[in-house]
Amino acid sequence: MIEAELSRSVQRWCKGATGATSAAKLSGGASQETWRFDITHPDGVIGAILRRSPKGYGAAPTRAAGLAAEAQLMQLAYEAGVPSPRVMHVLVPEDDLGTGFIMQRVEGETIARKILRDEEFAAARPILARQIGGILAALHRLPQDKVPELRTRGAVQEIAEFERDYRSLNWPKPVFELALRWLRDHDPGPSAETTLVHGDFRNGNLIIGADGVRAVLDWELAHLGDPMEDLGWVCVNSWRFGEIDRPVGGFGSREELFAAYEAAGRKVDPERVKFWEVMGTLRWGIMCGGMMQRFREGPDHSMERAMIGRRASETEIDLLRLLVPRGS
Amino acid sequence: MQDEPTPIELTKSVADFLRSDIAPLISGHQAFKLRVAINILDLVTRQLTREAGSDAKEVERLRALLGIDGSVMELNRALAERIARGEVDLATPGLAEHLWATTMDKLAVDQPNYASYKRELERYS
Repeated sequence: MIEAELSRSVQRWCKGATGATSAAKLSGGASQETWRFDITHPDGVIGAILRRSPKGYGAAPTRAAGLAAEAQLMQLAYEAGVPSPRVMHVLVPEDDLGTGFIMQRVEGETIARKILRDEEFAAARPILARQIGGILAALHRLPQDKVPELRTRGAVQEIAEFERDYRSLNWPKPVFELALRWLRDHDPGPSAETTLVHGDFRNGNLIIGADGVRAVLDWELAHLGDPMEDLGWVCVNSWRFGEIDRPVGGFGSREELFAAYEAAGRKVDPERVKFWEVMGTLRWGIMCGGMMQRFREGPDHSMERAMIGRRASETEIDLLRLLVPRGS
Repeated sequence: MQDEPTPIELTKSVADFLRSDIAPLISGHQAFKLRVAINILDLVTRQLTREAGSDAKEVERLRALLGIDGSVMELNRALAERIARGEVDLATPGLAEHLWATTMDKLAVDQPNYASYKRELERYS
């Protein structure tokens, strides 16, 4: 059992720890294994999370920064005051737990629909769009000389990669073709400024409590690029979970997001944000297609993956709403 | 010719059985999986009900738009290629209307509860 390995591991690096209990695999993170467990300690139990690479495959192996980079970024964010869990240990071969890291457990909710509907978060919801603006500003200011080696991605490479992924599905989607053309025609060119980009900053990847954002998770798609990408992605309609009139994660308005970002001393380019929102909508649509491919070719032959394949059309209607709104 | 009941009636009866008789008996992850399974059967039922009609209309629009004939797949491939080559774009009469109609028909099968779809349906029906 994993508790035996965890017990041996924590006793090596956590001073005074006597073992590990209550290990449970958490559902939700599809690309990597996430476990919760408790470190037993004479001063009291320490809640912990293990993130490790499962054997086999990850969600986006060519795009992923890797768990080691993720650990470094989370620690850097934590030190800079971005809500983030403290990284306690980076796995080494003698842990016999695979590759990955162990971090402090932050209590709160990540399930977007609960955050958007449950009474517990009613007071937090109106402040979240602004909070996200402030957090993204801080995140984009993380010192680049301290971030691990990351790929640099611009719009041109992204569009080319989307096109390749889409063509590999070999299933004609005129709306995706239209979006690819639109993106090529509206590419604003290289960003004047290159910063750290989280790459998957959205409702669902944030731990939220009654007081607001407590932690930013899932740094595996972090890269260097146009900071406006993160502002566009957080507005993609799929991450509004039904609250379609509140673009920022279903929480609030673009105006609130932009105002808070600028109040933190950074500049917003709304045209670029819109460009990245279109890009992000297409990105999720093509990812849905990828899920269908994996369902068909294995190893994950699950009904859930099959049904995600049928969510590509939700991005088609959202692309039309962005590019050819009716009655316009 | 096959006999009755039709595939639509058969699929619907299985979904109804799972929903009313089995769902109340189970909980946790298995209940989640069951909900996904029921959603799949409902989607199949919707597709079986609507596909022939929506495909026929789609083919009609595509023939008018492209000036060629073919199956719904062939015509969609042709349209995709023409958009990719820039020969057809939003200035082409009928393209926007065609994409909207086709997409609404897809959502009616895939995601009839998707908020953007419901909004568009309220506004333009």
